[in-house]
Amino acid sequence: MIRAIRRLGWVFGILSILLSINLTFQQFILAPKINAQPGNQRTVLAEYERERGPILVGTKPVARSVATPKQTFKFLRTYSDGVLYAPATGFYSSLYGSTGLERTENEILSGNDPRLFVDRIEQLVAGRVPEGGAVQTTLVASAQKAAASGLGDNIGSVTAIDPKTGAILALVQSPSFDPNGLSTHDAAAAQDYYEQLEADPDKPLLNRPLVQTIPPGSTFKLVTAAAALEAGYEPDSSVPGPALYPLPGSTKSLPNWFRGPCGPNDTTTLAEALAVSCNTAFAYLGNELGADALRTQSNKFGFESSFDVPMTAATSRFPDDPDDAQTAMSAIGQFDVAATSLQMAMVTASIANQGVTMYPYLVNQVLAPDLTVLSQTQPREFERAMTEQNAGKLMGMMVRVVSSGTGSNARISGVNVGGKTGTAETGAGRPNIAWFVAAAPAEDPQVAVAVAVENTGQPEVSGNQVAAPIARAVIEAVLQR
Amino acid sequence: MKPRRLELGLLILVWVIGSVCYATVDLATLGELPVNYLALLIGSGAVLLVGHIVIRRLAPHADPVLYPVAAMLNMLGLVMIHRLDVAEQLRAEVNDEKAPSPDAVAQATWVLVALVLFTLVLFLVTDHRRLQRYTYTSLVAGVVLLLLPLVPILGTSINGARLWVRLGPLSFQPSELAKIALTIFFAGYLVRKREALATVRRKVLGLGIPRGRDFGPLLVAWLVALGVLAFERDLGTALMFFGVFVILLYVATQRRSWLIIGAGLFALAAVLGYLAFGHVQLRVKIWLDPWTYANDEGYQLVQALFGLASGGLFGTGLGEGYPQFIPFAKTDFIAAALGEELGLAGMLAIVMLFAILVERGLRTGLACRDPFGTLLAVGLSSVFALQVVVTIGGVTRLIPLTGLTTPFLSYGGSALVCNWMMIALLLRISDRNRRPAVIAQSADEAMTQMIRVGIDR
Repeated sequence: MIRAIRRLGWVFGILSILLSINLTFQQFILAPKINAQPGNQRTVLAEYERERGPILVGTKPVARSVATPKQTFKFLRTYSDGVLYAPATGFYSSLYGSTGLERTENEILSGNDPRLFVDRIEQLVAGRVPEGGAVQTTLVASAQKAAASGLGDNIGSVTAIDPKTGAILALVQSPSFDPNGLSTHDAAAAQDYYEQLEADPDKPLLNRPLVQTIPPGSTFKLVTAAAALEAGYEPDSSVPGPALYPLPGSTKSLPNWFRGPCGPNDTTTLAEALAVSCNTAFAYLGNELGADALRTQSNKFGFESSFDVPMTAATSRFPDDPDDAQTAMSAIGQFDVAATSLQMAMVTASIANQGVTMYPYLVNQVLAPDLTVLSQTQPREFERAMTEQNAGKLMGMMVRVVSSGTGSNARISGVNVGGKTGTAETGAGRPNIAWFVAAAPAEDPQVAVAVAVENTGQPEVSGNQVAAPIARAVIEAVLQR
Repeated sequence: MKPRRLELGLLILVWVIGSVCYATVDLATLGELPVNYLALLIGSGAVLLVGHIVIRRLAPHADPVLYPVAAMLNMLGLVMIHRLDVAEQLRAEVNDEKAPSPDAVAQATWVLVALVLFTLVLFLVTDHRRLQRYTYTSLVAGVVLLLLPLVPILGTSINGARLWVRLGPLSFQPSELAKIALTIFFAGYLVRKREALATVRRKVLGLGIPRGRDFGPLLVAWLVALGVLAFERDLGTALMFFGVFVILLYVATQRRSWLIIGAGLFALAAVLGYLAFGHVQLRVKIWLDPWTYANDEGYQLVQALFGLASGGLFGTGLGEGYPQFIPFAKTDFIAAALGEELGLAGMLAIVMLFAILVERGLRTGLACRDPFGTLLAVGLSSVFALQVVVTIGGVTRLIPLTGLTTPFLSYGGSALVCNWMMIALLLRISDRNRRPAVIAQSADEAMTQMIRVGIDR
């Protein structure tokens, strides 16, 4: 029997080695793959085991993690002024993943970023649970609040940029959502809220300022004007401005919004045409300059480019191959021209910044848990959109829009504000979009802002009536900061 | 070192490790030491010590490693059951529900029952050879115990397997006790029949083929195992009984042909079982591809694999993982729960503990001077070994799941009590082996005695 028992011992020994090898496979070799399996809630929970870093506006955290002892999730992500900052922060949910900065800055917030490596070692030695780093945004709280209260219950978005750097000072949308409702650990409540947001026809989860592309309407005349100046026009160059512009190759004519000519003898100047938002003059200019010139000019402002701010913004479009009538319509920001409010803010900022388009960005600094600065965003030039002289001329024309043209509601006493109104038609039976873009002060621009209110039924005046006051409030907030 | 001292030393180590693990659970989950920690320290120490004194009184020469190894496993099991209790308790707190009564307390009570029966076995079975007299009584007892759950009023089905007998508030799993009874029967029967079973009729391909009429007992064992599979839906128990029988048949006869024939019959049963029973097909399906069924039939295994993977090399730490996500983590899947929180390192240690337990059991069989004792020791060790391979192999996806409990670790009173009774029998046999054959009458005589203990017959 001895031999048989010894053999049996060998067999059991081999079986225990097999068990060990298999355990090594499951727990070590295959583990990274298994951990990454979709639906592995342990991987999700692991993120909740350490304190996620805050998202800051100035020095104030607008998103931070609060310890929840004894619960399965050890930290709860909480947002102060969640609705206000949702377009920037996004949400962080165990059920629905994350969006916004919570998603793009996850590495640093979760503490996985290699830049935190030294801290990780230190934490490991000290036996502390690793913490995430902080992300400081470029947002200005007062500008954000001014934009939100200006929008009120309207549907729309506001984007404000520092023209000199490209830093995003305000990123506001309405309707927005409360990220607290999605980050809650009450799964049923989070699900209810998410489904309610999804079902809302006004799409609160859509990041309006960054990814909603809509026709820019008359604000696009800034691009056409820039192209004209670059082509040799002067602000006082005379251009035809009849009451009706017959669209080439078509039986239709384009009217002015005020149903009259833009000047005596159906003639006006480039500056005057911009001040009164003369459709016929700009349609004429569009055909004079040609679609290619308009496209080249718009691309220099950032059209047809994708920007990671760090969230990826939608690409704004100028139509590919328009015929003459379509080119005329495109020149006044209709037809298939589509832009985000970020893009129109960039156009305005570029003009204000002496013709240089800057890359927009939302993250100012990345900080370690002990608040030492890990990285500071350096402003980057995207492209020179126009010459410094031409930019100065166009800025002067924009100041005239506010001081004596259609943008009167953006006036601020003691400050030279340059702006442009717009009303975009979105199709028969659909409400018009009221636009206003502005930059101030003209001689030393601190802020460029684009406001789009999407649910107005009114004609051209709505840009001035609805959108301009919001732009003015944002400018005032930034200048008084 | 004297066995007594070695055993005591190992027990102190067991006690310290177990106590530290227990405290770690509460510190990690509740942030404080257990309220009754001092009482627990004293209580667990006392139970370990009582077992030690019982062994050294009733079986003074017994193997000093078996008891501490089994005690370590038992303590680790208790720690994990307690850890899962805490998870249930916290969830109830969050949901504003009434917390379920802690299973660790129930299991600890079963430890006391096990200690009593452990003592009784060592006390009543003064010589294991006397058990050989009960060979056929054991057969009857074993079969009756196996069939008991099928009796209409007594038997209850839990989770699809009809394995439980309910007597008032108590329910127990008679198949656990049947393990012991049938192992005694196998050993006793094979001691008597091994000459005949070893007889070779002719050789085929170098293998001695037994006589036709000797196939009878193997076929009976096979049919009984198939019956258990068919009527009690218990794949694990069926596999274990048949496996132990074939192993003992091989050890008793030294004929490899029995192994081959046994393996053949097992393969046949596996194919038949697969074709006949949906639950067998389901388990194979889940084993082959758990991910496809991650949210339904494969949920349990997938959760176990997620847990094991998240544990990684060193585990999440006790109280720091999510073993409560694995359904039946306290019973069938306790190995996965331990793997998640103790990591690969912990699991290898646990596999090693079982390997030591089985190796010590086999060694006891090797050292035994009577064939019945040898077969009994090998049989009992094999019961442990097969259960461990089948359960840990099952939760780690080495083989399909079979639904057995892991010895000493899993929650369950009847299994715990029976496992300790098996340890008592092994200790009894090893005490016999190591006891000096002749007691020296005087010091002078002792000098002249030439005794070698532990040599084979």
